[in-house]
Amino acid sequence: MDSLDRLEAETITILREAYRASTKPCMLWSIGKDSTALLWMARKAFLGRVPFPMVLLETFMELPEVYSFRDELIEKWQLDYFAQICPPESEVDQTLPPATRAAARKTEGLRTMLREQKFDAVMVGIRRDEQAMRAKERVFSPRRIDGTWDVKEQPPEFWGYYTTSVPDGAHLRVHPLLSWTELDIWEYTLRENIPYVPLYLARDGKRYRSLGEKNITVPIDSNASTIEEIIEELRATRVPERAGRTMDNESEASFERLRAGGYM
Amino acid sequence: MDLRVAITGHVDHGKSTLIGRMLYDTGSLAEGKAEEILASSERRGLAVEWSFAVDAAQEERDQAITIETTRVWMHYGGRRIVIIDTPGHREFIKNMMSGAADADVGILVIDALEGIQDQTYRHAYLLRLLDVPEIVVAVNKIDAVPDAEARFAQISRDIRSVLETAGKPLRAIVPLSARDGDNVVKRSERTAWYSGPTLIDVLVSLHPAAPLADRALRFDIADVYRFNDDERISVGNVIAGSIAPGDRVRISPSGATTRVRGIKRFPEDGSPARAGEAVGLTFDDPVFIDRGDVVTHADQPGVAATAAFDGVFFWLSASPPRTGETLQLKVGRAEVAVTIVGIDETIDLGILDKVAPDESSRHSAFALRLRAARSVAAEADARCVLLRAGEVVGGGKLAHVEPANGRADNLVLAGHLISSESRAHRNGYRGLVAWFTGLPGSGKSTIAMAVERELFARGYFVYVLDGDNVRSGLNRDLRFSREDRQENIRRVGEVAALFADAGAIVIASTISPHASDRAAARAAAPGAFHEIYVRASVATCESRDVKGHYAKARAGELPDFTGVSAPYDEPERPDLLVDTNASPVDSSVSAVVEYLIRAATAKEALLSFSI
Repeated sequence: MDSLDRLEAETITILREAYRASTKPCMLWSIGKDSTALLWMARKAFLGRVPFPMVLLETFMELPEVYSFRDELIEKWQLDYFAQICPPESEVDQTLPPATRAAARKTEGLRTMLREQKFDAVMVGIRRDEQAMRAKERVFSPRRIDGTWDVKEQPPEFWGYYTTSVPDGAHLRVHPLLSWTELDIWEYTLRENIPYVPLYLARDGKRYRSLGEKNITVPIDSNASTIEEIIEELRATRVPERAGRTMDNESEASFERLRAGGYM
Repeated sequence: MDLRVAITGHVDHGKSTLIGRMLYDTGSLAEGKAEEILASSERRGLAVEWSFAVDAAQEERDQAITIETTRVWMHYGGRRIVIIDTPGHREFIKNMMSGAADADVGILVIDALEGIQDQTYRHAYLLRLLDVPEIVVAVNKIDAVPDAEARFAQISRDIRSVLETAGKPLRAIVPLSARDGDNVVKRSERTAWYSGPTLIDVLVSLHPAAPLADRALRFDIADVYRFNDDERISVGNVIAGSIAPGDRVRISPSGATTRVRGIKRFPEDGSPARAGEAVGLTFDDPVFIDRGDVVTHADQPGVAATAAFDGVFFWLSASPPRTGETLQLKVGRAEVAVTIVGIDETIDLGILDKVAPDESSRHSAFALRLRAARSVAAEADARCVLLRAGEVVGGGKLAHVEPANGRADNLVLAGHLISSESRAHRNGYRGLVAWFTGLPGSGKSTIAMAVERELFARGYFVYVLDGDNVRSGLNRDLRFSREDRQENIRRVGEVAALFADAGAIVIASTISPHASDRAAARAAAPGAFHEIYVRASVATCESRDVKGHYAKARAGELPDFTGVSAPYDEPERPDLLVDTNASPVDSSVSAVVEYLIRAATAKEALLSFSI
């Protein structure tokens, strides 16, 4: 087994544990490379079907290519999908810096969904190498009723024994991709021939390295026009993946505040 | 596969600084990160604080401590190494374990000035308990001690004596300065007396362990899917060996055998599955399979079906384990309720020495004897966790598993076709064990017989198992040695549990002076066991002395007589306390009758109990 095989087996195992532990699970799908690779592995874990809904936290601010890619994949893989509409920016914590505030709309949308639909497990495709606060996550993160995260009060988690029980009304945040890096995801996408949004490939010297909403994401300078070239670019670069995500870099604590509030 | 390296050690011995330094010297810090660290350090009035590379939370930076474990990727010489930072404070030891548990290498950082401290011992022990394959010691701040060579030799001797007792050698001991970078990535000129490798040289010489492909098959069942009505697919993980269509296999703990029909994958089925893979299996026969079952090849010895487990557990909860307490045990994918029937040892990890049980605290390790009411498939050396109310409170390894009835390979438990629920439904009440304990002469038998008459009159199926009566038949081969007394109580406990399962209200009335024996009896009837303490002072009992035993014991004619010449462990939390010092027999009897009727007819009781 090579490195990608072992990562894939770990993720499939986590997906099955989450499905077993919950009565009403769902998976967040931002339609980017990570959650689409996760969706691919969910199809493997459940032998061709995805036995729970895929949810987009909808701000109507994704790029048009993202929406058309979504529609194609729902059709092609017969996905159980719905969009959870997020509230406007005026309804989120106004003390957050502007771009962070825009991102926090998704936190509010997620809260509304949990309150209304009562999902008890939410699978999310975040990775440790993306961001220093995400690096401190557990694979199974029990969340309070309001969805908030206290980095100081996480349960012990070792040897693949996960905390799978939460009080009524609370939920489990499940993170099956924590061990993967950006490079791993692209190598896996290439090997498995997983579909992806074409915006990741360079056009006129620019490409999206991390795909967020159009108001708070900027493309990077790049000439990588194939996945092979992206992989080559990533092997050489020291620029962080989320450099184009305005909200991460507004202030030292902005991402920590977002995550403490329940952001992915 | 990335090499996973956990950085451990005492508070302030320089773990996070070492990580920051390694990232910086190997060029692994992202662009802009060094500048961000400088700016954040300056804002807090500090010189360069390399630890900010991993201590990202505001509270961690403000207090200059690591609270939560984290992972960063380091690149060096074409290798990718995952560095796992862990907190040194004992308050955050659950986070240290969470970080270090799946590491391939543990680096134990020791401050050259302070030497070995209590968290050094604790982390050293945990690295061994967690089975981290390689341990490397980094003697940090070597530039800050006079006569560094002698100090290094001293610390090396000390740490070897702690860590090498387990028979596994240390991979290396490296003198270094994390702050200045000596012997981290670059060889130092200040330690001319040291000719060994730098820390990074040691790391790149190591590789993660490969999956156990060459061993005998062990497949853990995680779930059974039936998405289409046609086929049941047992999904799980190949822990060791490999499995192919056509293989004859045995399922533990049931012992059933069958043949593998197919290996299920998506998008394409087929081909053997090897160690490390997560796949699905289908079988030729309609065998009953559930989560926690283990599949082995039929020509190999199967995995033992066991209900008795001994193991050493590291404790993570503020309240220590108690004899008689029932916890959930997770071993592999199996989960079973277990009762602690004995605590054989308490180890204080701050000094790595055995201590008396009452000094036990959080962050100690305990040697526990556990008993379950149901057999599961488990092997010695299996890693497992204990949960209390859904929370992980302990982690450890099974030292010994006792195969059920000593014949695991051919024992197949017969399954009743009538469930406990059905019996309870027909009777309108649930069978249970009312376990009377108390000093000789406290009034157990008197109350037991009166309760029996009263419950019988009200239409309940009730029977008293009296200590002396049982000794005249079932237990007539037993005498009064400690072992025989224990066996006496064990048999009464097992018989009582069978009666209760059959639907009876059983009143077991014995002195049962030892808490551990009572715990074992509780374990035999989980959820249906009610400890009733019939309390009377020795003086009261002696004044009654119906059988004349106290007088004989005082005269030295009855050795080991409970209350006089042998101890009685008072129940710490009996389910019901009946005090016969003060109350007359009548009111004690009605208190017990009322309690038992309520217990037998409670809604939860009607749902929860099953053997």
